[in-house]
Amino acid sequence: MNWLIDFFSNPANWSGPGGIPVRLLEHLEFSVVALLMAAAVAIPLGLWVGHTGRGSFVIVVSANAARALPTLGILVLVVLLVGVGSTWPVLVPLVLLAVPPILVNTYEGVRGVDPDLRDAAYGMGLRGPQVLFKVLVPVALPLILLGLRLAAIQVVATATVAAYVGLGGLGRFIMDGLATKNYTITIGGAFLVVVLALTAQAGFTLLSRVAVSPGVRRVR
Amino acid sequence: MGDEPLVRWDWIWRNWDTGRPDSILALLESHIVMAFLPVLFGLLLAVPLGLASARWRWLYQPTVSVMNVVYSLPSIAIFIVMLAITGLGQATVIVPLTFYSLAILIPAVVDGLTSIPDHVRSSAVAMGFTPLRRLVRVELPLAVPVVLAGLRVATVSSISLVSVGALIGQGGLGYLFIDGWQRQFTTPIVVGIVATVLLAVTADGLLVLAQRLLTPWRRA
Repeated sequence: MNWLIDFFSNPANWSGPGGIPVRLLEHLEFSVVALLMAAAVAIPLGLWVGHTGRGSFVIVVSANAARALPTLGILVLVVLLVGVGSTWPVLVPLVLLAVPPILVNTYEGVRGVDPDLRDAAYGMGLRGPQVLFKVLVPVALPLILLGLRLAAIQVVATATVAAYVGLGGLGRFIMDGLATKNYTITIGGAFLVVVLALTAQAGFTLLSRVAVSPGVRRVR
Repeated sequence: MGDEPLVRWDWIWRNWDTGRPDSILALLESHIVMAFLPVLFGLLLAVPLGLASARWRWLYQPTVSVMNVVYSLPSIAIFIVMLAITGLGQATVIVPLTFYSLAILIPAVVDGLTSIPDHVRSSAVAMGFTPLRRLVRVELPLAVPVVLAGLRVATVSSISLVSVGALIGQGGLGYLFIDGWQRQFTTPIVVGIVATVLLAVTADGLLVLAQRLLTPWRRA
């Protein structure tokens, strides 16, 4: 606890390009961009596979294999191949990390919709895309948001690794603390990461309260 | 990078089994130990904790909240904190990964137990099963599919997370990432990534096989 007070009461940790506000923004930037990119790939793919049933085996198997990709290894490989010039190398492992939970939950959400409900929608004369967007997506929304929430937590916690290859973010505090054996900084940085991850989690919980249709909520 | 190829095959053959602790085989071995023990310990702890949470529902929400916080902790930060407590050894990595496994397995055990239909439980009672026998012979076997699904995610994540331990000097195959990064040499990194993914896919396949053997009624 004393370490935390030391970290946050030290004015040197608050100012300049290595200060808490700058590092927090960098961390947020990596995380948000990676999550948006992953969602842009995983949600349409999950919806399509869940709706058509095509390629579901491939999705499940490759999503589980993708979970095994070691973030640190992917990061150093990408940076060695393309150089550290910009921040985008860190996005590669983070997007790879975020895709599986979003993809699997979107797919499971759409696939798990009660077949009676789907048939009723077709019976009312809705066409394929209408069934997908007017019936399946609203019913699957809680699971889709769960996937996004899990991905967000993992991305925020893992974006710390970016600091190993000299990029910014809250990981800087953790890595610098490790390198200089100044564990006050490490603990402080880790605390900020946890706060950010929990904020993201609370945000998605709130979003699912607002966005999920009351009718769907009652069933669950 | 110039003319340097992505993978130098001769490096792999020379370093496959040198008998030193940094040979690929030795790293693979320590990776396996540090990845599987946490899942095993996690399962041993998650079953009683999950049973308690399924029995006393008020326990479930606090348990899940604590586990969500655990899950958002960046692994590198916990490794560093553990370094101060246990010193450097395999336990430095095994203890934190046990908590990550728990965070995945406790909800899986609870979901597995609560997914059992009431009429099945009532039938067991009517047939004269004592509570303990009912648990061991009826409830736990029926929970196997859901628990194993959680076990698969926990195993694959654990295999992927071990490599972060390389930043503190105890990361199995993760050592290859650090080594490759420091020497600006891609071969070890590619070897590390491929070996990690192969290990995860093999473990995942064995768990799918275990599920088939443990739930013969699902094949009928």
